[in-house]
Amino acid sequence: MKEYDIVIIGGGPAGLAAAVSAKKNGIERVLLLERDKELGGILNQCIHNGFGLHTFKEELTGPEYAEKFIQQVYEENIEYKLNTMVMNISPKKVVTAMNHEEGLFEMQAKAVVLAMGCRERARGALNIPGYRPAGIFSAGTAQRLVNMEGYLPGREVVILGSGDIGLIMARRMTFEGAKVKVVAERMPYSGGLKRNIVQCLDDYGIPLKLSHTVVDIKGKKRLEGVVLAEVDEKGNPIPLTEEFYSCDTLLLSVGLIPENEISNAMGVEMNPVTMGPEVNEILETNIEGVFACGNVLHVHDLVDFVSQEAATAGKNAALYVKMGNARKSTGEKIPLNAKEGIRYTVPGSIHVDRMDENLMVRFRVDGIYKNCYISAYFNNERVIHKKRSILAPGEMEELKLTKEQLLHYPNLKTITVKVEEV
Amino acid sequence: MEERNLICICCPIGCSLTVLMKENTVEKVTGNTCKRGDVYARNEVTNPMRIVTSTVKVIGGRGDVVSVKTKEDIPKGKIFECVRALKGVEVNAPVHIGDIIITNVANTGVDIVATKNVECKEA
Amino acid sequence: MFDYDVIIIGGGVSGCACARELSRYKIKVCVLEKEEDVCSGTSKANSGIVHGGYDAKPGSLISKLNVRGNEMMEQLSKDLDFPFKRNGSLVLCLNERDMPNLKVLYDRGIANGVKDLQILNKEEVLFMEPNISHNVYGALYSPSVGIVCPFQLNIALAENAYVNGVSFKFHTEVFQIKKRDEGFELQTNTGGYTAKYVVNAAGVYADKFHNMVSENKIHITARKGEYCLLDKSAGNHVSKTIFALPGKYGKGVLVSPTVHGNLILGPTAIDIDEKEGTNTTKEGLDQVLSKANMIVKNLPINQVITSFAGLRAHEDGHEFIIGEPEDAKGFIDCAGIESPGLTSCPAIGEMVVSIIKENMGLEKKRDFIAKRKGILSPNTLSKEERIALIKENPAYGDIICRCEMVTEGEVIDAIRRPLGAKSLDGIKRRTRVGYGRCQAGFCSPRTMEILARERNISIFDITKSGKDSKLVVGTNKDTL
Repeated sequence: MKEYDIVIIGGGPAGLAAAVSAKKNGIERVLLLERDKELGGILNQCIHNGFGLHTFKEELTGPEYAEKFIQQVYEENIEYKLNTMVMNISPKKVVTAMNHEEGLFEMQAKAVVLAMGCRERARGALNIPGYRPAGIFSAGTAQRLVNMEGYLPGREVVILGSGDIGLIMARRMTFEGAKVKVVAERMPYSGGLKRNIVQCLDDYGIPLKLSHTVVDIKGKKRLEGVVLAEVDEKGNPIPLTEEFYSCDTLLLSVGLIPENEISNAMGVEMNPVTMGPEVNEILETNIEGVFACGNVLHVHDLVDFVSQEAATAGKNAALYVKMGNARKSTGEKIPLNAKEGIRYTVPGSIHVDRMDENLMVRFRVDGIYKNCYISAYFNNERVIHKKRSILAPGEMEELKLTKEQLLHYPNLKTITVKVEEV
Repeated sequence: MEERNLICICCPIGCSLTVLMKENTVEKVTGNTCKRGDVYARNEVTNPMRIVTSTVKVIGGRGDVVSVKTKEDIPKGKIFECVRALKGVEVNAPVHIGDIIITNVANTGVDIVATKNVECKEA
Repeated sequence: MFDYDVIIIGGGVSGCACARELSRYKIKVCVLEKEEDVCSGTSKANSGIVHGGYDAKPGSLISKLNVRGNEMMEQLSKDLDFPFKRNGSLVLCLNERDMPNLKVLYDRGIANGVKDLQILNKEEVLFMEPNISHNVYGALYSPSVGIVCPFQLNIALAENAYVNGVSFKFHTEVFQIKKRDEGFELQTNTGGYTAKYVVNAAGVYADKFHNMVSENKIHITARKGEYCLLDKSAGNHVSKTIFALPGKYGKGVLVSPTVHGNLILGPTAIDIDEKEGTNTTKEGLDQVLSKANMIVKNLPINQVITSFAGLRAHEDGHEFIIGEPEDAKGFIDCAGIESPGLTSCPAIGEMVVSIIKENMGLEKKRDFIAKRKGILSPNTLSKEERIALIKENPAYGDIICRCEMVTEGEVIDAIRRPLGAKSLDGIKRRTRVGYGRCQAGFCSPRTMEILARERNISIFDITKSGKDSKLVVGTNKDTL
């Protein structure tokens, strides 16, 4: 069986950054496995601009952003395999993969970085009633057809869900000659970035209907139209608010789910909120030497943060390979509790003795909060209290913890993060 | 006095901005809660600019289309003229990031450039 | 002279079971199907249960064909290579008051010849199925009940009939049937056809065709059943098919594993006027979930991956109508085939052949091919076998559907084999591509590409389920 120090599952933004970082941290035998025919992952179909402002201080398109990392993979001489599907990883880190040149093959890894990304929620998850004709696509499937294959899935479009992919696709379909009639969002606020609402909808006069959802789908063979209705606070349709929109296409942009089939099968412990692995301060899962980063860990808004997180995972995987037991924590595992307004934190726990000088804790809130504080309690003492003018579920937040700060609390048992009103 | 309403995109607050205009010059911006909103509103009403991204066909490449963008932002009012200029455009593989696809698109003085590498299809 | 000895209207399980039985004999048989593929109506949207036979009234045709069909299913699944498993069923009684009704079912089962029936008490039920509602009082256990893949059963019957010489005409809708002195003349959108015998296996439309040739009118109602299908991660929630005690509209909502490892909930039962009304409704889906929750606890309903509705062909007398009307000899009805029609289909085929046999001499073919090999799924192979397979055909090394882990080799097989797939739904029913949790989001562009290549057609002619269901309508900027 072939042996590698680090095998990285997925050649999207997370996998690329993890691979480059692992190599730069002194690991020679790094292997990157990608199921598609090229590296770059979902960035290849995200042809709009707005990527990389944090990392490169310029606005790049998805493929351009990916290319910067792909070039580094080439320069670092990192081995990668395309068109290769990972079938299974054993808890002992034997990776079984398949492609049509090598067939079914196994390799032994010392460390594994999970970087499989996420997938879109489908219509079934919402249980939208109606017929099941052609013309209903997830926004990402339509994005692939339009941006990578040049095919138009339809001419008259309704979009359900105001996630960023849906908003971006509203503009893309408009540019390619389709008429986007409306974007409906079940929540009273948009799931996407403000900038996308203005530049993808408002610029083209596309209405955004908040607190609205699709309650019926018409057309037996090809979609003929959808019925929208307003929903109450519980998300239930309000009678007599139904309105018919004729359309041949319905795009769904109703959420992303980390793609953890392989992680589940190998016994990685999951966080029920993120639906990604539970990780500690070095982004290691409950299985030693198995790390996770990017959208497989928790769904991000900005690729820059994916790349940062993945570089950290790659570095930690490298340290694990180089240092072995010397890297083991001798201290206590301090849980990070997400309370009052905070849905989750990544990481979910910290070993203070092993953490870097600075640790970025990322989280999301569960609703819109204005003029409030983000607080962190060390045991029962409020140590961090940061004023925020607005917090929204669609925007990932972060909080910096420093090792120095934590070392002041030798009896630290828990850290609690919460939103506090003024 | 003309009044224009905008939503600020500088942060998630999304302030509703009102811009008072007199003969194409900004008199006053209200509704913003920070300085950035003021700047955004002034640019947006006098000279809104956008980057346009799209695709064009590729012949003999590993992919059938290549993604493209305006190298810099162009006036908002020129967006559709720019997109229409891309209709029917075909380029031969290989195409590389930064290759100019159209010069001076829609008389904006801005070029359309490729944003992806598309290598030749293997024989 | 006739164009065909037998024309079968409808390519569902009944029609295809008849076609396969008839293909044993030296006669010319043709199946007319209005859709683009077999298994496109009632047969495609049902529970996929092979019923035991304890529901039907003793002495009824339904009871007889149900029990016979159940007996035949196992051998048929081996001969035609489709998935079938006897997982057993429990009919739950949720209070003491209804226990006599459970006993009625038991007695019916015994009278109908159902084997190994048992009445269990609460403890026995919960021991068998810990996720059943703790309100359960007792249950009727029927070990002979099974689960089957309805698509693959239907497709296997059709493929085998085709291989044995039966013709299939798709997108062919019968408009009119005229009785001639001998035989029948059928007018369709693809021309006229004559046949000595007509088998009316038209599902919810069977009344329409019957009433064209007979004065003894029948009436079929489309009775809608809505379902929710859950992810495979929920597939082990119960191991047996769980029913509540039946009510006026049939067997009620069941909770069952499917033969592919998903969990299915449903169906509702609502009579509708429209014979193509396969839309789901909010009320229907809500009802499915609430009724399923009454019999099974802790249902992971956040794992629903899709919902769908099917139409049962309910005849007013709630009985299978199989045979010739007095005033239309040679016209053989297979009408009113609602549940347990899927279970009964092999017996229906047998019965239709025996009717034709009485009328005309049927000579057996010597070269009848009784076995059919299904699409090879590499997931069923050992590692070594799989490696050898990919070496021989590298297409088995490319995963097309990541949820169901289906390879390109299987998709190609589904397209190239007899009566092969012509649409995405056709591929889906044959290989399960697009059946998983992402519901074809990932695989559909890839499947479209393979289908266009294999059938040598334009991507613009690729459909979801035949004409008028095109998936892409143009190219970027074509209307600008």
